[in-house]
Amino acid sequence: MTALETVQNAIRMEHITKRFGNVVANHDITLELHKGEILSLLGENGSGKTTLMNMLSGIYYSDEGQIYVNDKPVTISSPKDAFDLGIGMIHQHFKLVDVFTATENIVLGLEEPGRLDLKKASQKITEICQRYGFEVDLNQKIYEMSVSQKQAVEIVKVLYRGADILILDEPTAVLTPQETDKLFTVMRNMKADGKSLIIITHKLHEVLEVSDRVAVLRKGEYIGDVATRDASQQSLTDMMVGHAVSLNINRPDPVNVHPRLEVKGLTVYDELGVKRLSDVTFTANSGEILGIAGIAGSGQRELLEAISGLYPISAGNILFHPESEDEKAPADQKVRELVGLDPMAIRKCGVSMAFVPEDRLGMGLVGSMGMTGNMMLRSWRKGKGAFLNRKEPETLANRIWKELDVVTPSVSFPVRRMSGGNVQKVLVGREIAQEPAVLMTAYAVRGLDINTSYTIYNLLTEEKMKGVAVVYVGEDLDVLLELCDRILVLCGGQVSGIVDARTADKRQLGTLMTRVGGGSVHA
Amino acid sequence: MFDLVSFIPRAVMQGIPLLYGSTGEILTEKSGNLNLGIPGVMYVGGICGVIGSFFYEQAVPAESMNAFLAVGIPMACSLLGSLLMGLLYSFLTITLRANQNVTGLALTTFGVGVGNFFGGSLIKLTNSEVPSIALSATSAYFSKSLPFAGSLGWFGQVFLSYGFLAYLAVIIAIVASYILKRTRVGLQLRAVGESPATADAAGINVTRYKYTATCIGSMIAGLGGLYYVMDYACGVWSNNAFGDRGWLAIALVIFTIWRPNVSILASILFGGFYILYLYIPSGLDLSVKELYKMIPYVVTLVVLIIVSMRKKREHQPPASLGLPYFREER
Repeated sequence: MTALETVQNAIRMEHITKRFGNVVANHDITLELHKGEILSLLGENGSGKTTLMNMLSGIYYSDEGQIYVNDKPVTISSPKDAFDLGIGMIHQHFKLVDVFTATENIVLGLEEPGRLDLKKASQKITEICQRYGFEVDLNQKIYEMSVSQKQAVEIVKVLYRGADILILDEPTAVLTPQETDKLFTVMRNMKADGKSLIIITHKLHEVLEVSDRVAVLRKGEYIGDVATRDASQQSLTDMMVGHAVSLNINRPDPVNVHPRLEVKGLTVYDELGVKRLSDVTFTANSGEILGIAGIAGSGQRELLEAISGLYPISAGNILFHPESEDEKAPADQKVRELVGLDPMAIRKCGVSMAFVPEDRLGMGLVGSMGMTGNMMLRSWRKGKGAFLNRKEPETLANRIWKELDVVTPSVSFPVRRMSGGNVQKVLVGREIAQEPAVLMTAYAVRGLDINTSYTIYNLLTEEKMKGVAVVYVGEDLDVLLELCDRILVLCGGQVSGIVDARTADKRQLGTLMTRVGGGSVHA
Repeated sequence: MFDLVSFIPRAVMQGIPLLYGSTGEILTEKSGNLNLGIPGVMYVGGICGVIGSFFYEQAVPAESMNAFLAVGIPMACSLLGSLLMGLLYSFLTITLRANQNVTGLALTTFGVGVGNFFGGSLIKLTNSEVPSIALSATSAYFSKSLPFAGSLGWFGQVFLSYGFLAYLAVIIAIVASYILKRTRVGLQLRAVGESPATADAAGINVTRYKYTATCIGSMIAGLGGLYYVMDYACGVWSNNAFGDRGWLAIALVIFTIWRPNVSILASILFGGFYILYLYIPSGLDLSVKELYKMIPYVVTLVVLIIVSMRKKREHQPPASLGLPYFREER
């Protein structure tokens, strides 16, 4: 920038470091937000964008570093401090009371003098809405609103409190393209009014469309910033994914490869009628690890759930090829159509899923039960009569405990109280013990330290060598490139490409991940 | 013919303890605390009032009793007793995050036990022949109605024949309704009960609101116990006479869909249901009487079914009712 003297900083974060236990979420980050600009904060999932912004909004407190607002050093230790400094953050999960009207939500928590005068507040809110072009019905209850209306209420709430600096955490993730356009118009209006904005996103075309400047984070580190007019999708992708890092994950060549699971034209809709997967076609082979890459929420979860029979399928086929392709084999050993089967029957075929959701315990494990109890969740149908067979699950629990080095006082210790990594070992260990024909894992190493991650990688590779078709949904591109044999890239519920992991590079994956509908680069 | 003029006052007198109980419970539940200890709190409110007035009556001969003290001492004792119960519940569920249902039920059992223990002790102190204590001097002050009420015929009997606590109950219910609906404090209290995380993010002190609402709610409910002994039962305490009125108060909360102002009429309706069997010729058939006594509960069930079927969000219980709030858990 040439006009350095005229640029004023609304916010300057200097040498910010934030750790959670051993994990460094932000490392020595220095970031500036100029007055009256829209800054995009770009980065992959887990690159520390939200953590960094939460330190501005008072949810977290930095371990090291200093924040300046309007060139004055400040301490932000609570959301209220942030409000007082004119910083407002719109979180991904809206903080609104469902049975209140928009007005009630907006004035909630404000200690204004005098009695509660909703009419006067409504007038002030209407002014704000007209100035920036929000379309909000103030007397509508939140639960009757669409997602974009709720978001508008959140933004108005922040403006009503007099915020000059707005932080929007992935505001477009839940919006339709038309709603996104509307939001961008509002954002430009706010900028014209002198507000400074930060938008957290990983959608490149939005970055290019709305922002003035882009700052890129990768794995908790600040990579750099560029003026948007000097950037292109390609240059931003390069900054975002960085150079390949060698991890030295053991990857033997696949053996005895033949199709195991064939997915053809899979299309699903969620309960709101939004298309989550669109015409997904691929084959998972035995003796091979198929990686699935994509930005979070691109349909990974839906895909795995659809295959395991937990998600309603509106179109497409899922064919399961058993071990022997003998024509004379009994019916349950022939090629089978999995669509329409119930989850139990799919499981019987040997399709196993170890999905590690964000809250880890939400799916697959019962927090208050011990390892043995959780093993029994898979085997309770096996017993005879009314009594449960505790012996086998206990043996299995003991085996997992020893073989995977699960840190727990006993197999009856509630899994809720184990550390995240150990919970994951239990979950993955149990699924592997079922001797599946197809093993699907999602985010199997999320939140794990490096050693435990390698244990899981090796487990998966072992399974692959046994002839299992392994599907690995992952976030870290370096891992995907070194662990998997082939990588399928999902983007917005569509397959944007299937690449050979041995020859592909990060740049290629990054491009595929951010390219909507596999269309041109300048989407 | 059905004698409305004598039926209505009796229904009202039955209803007032329920009105206190339900108003208190509504305030508590609006903060997200499901205090199932209300029957115990009301019981404690009653016995504490009895203890206060017992010692005052013992210390001062009936002729020289001061009207202000005769009313003030039992009331203060009752409020203090139910406040302690409310604090206990709040400490367990808010600070220690104990399970609300378990805590509430334990508090009910505890409250009834405390009441019966002190009730029994006092009865022993009086060396009475019958298992009850009569505090008729104090009761006279509590149940004093306006002097001209008797001369106004049916109007006086239906509207003016009650002690001051009955009118206080109605006033408290109206004030509670107004606060919940129209004031900033009410808005914030409702936000705490609906979504404590949202309230917290908006800068509202969730813990303070929960404590305050639960304790004030308990104190209001405790007055229901006091009214029952001092006015309705004419100052006669006998163990377990309070019956299931506490549970009826909780049923009333659901029946009125968390609205204290509706509770004013609804509590009288429930009171009427409660004594309906006395007014309907059922002969000596005891089982039929028991069936009539079921009516309030049946009506509550019907309301629950209707409300659940209509699925209107405003008619649902506060969204975080019964759930503890951890700030760190997001």
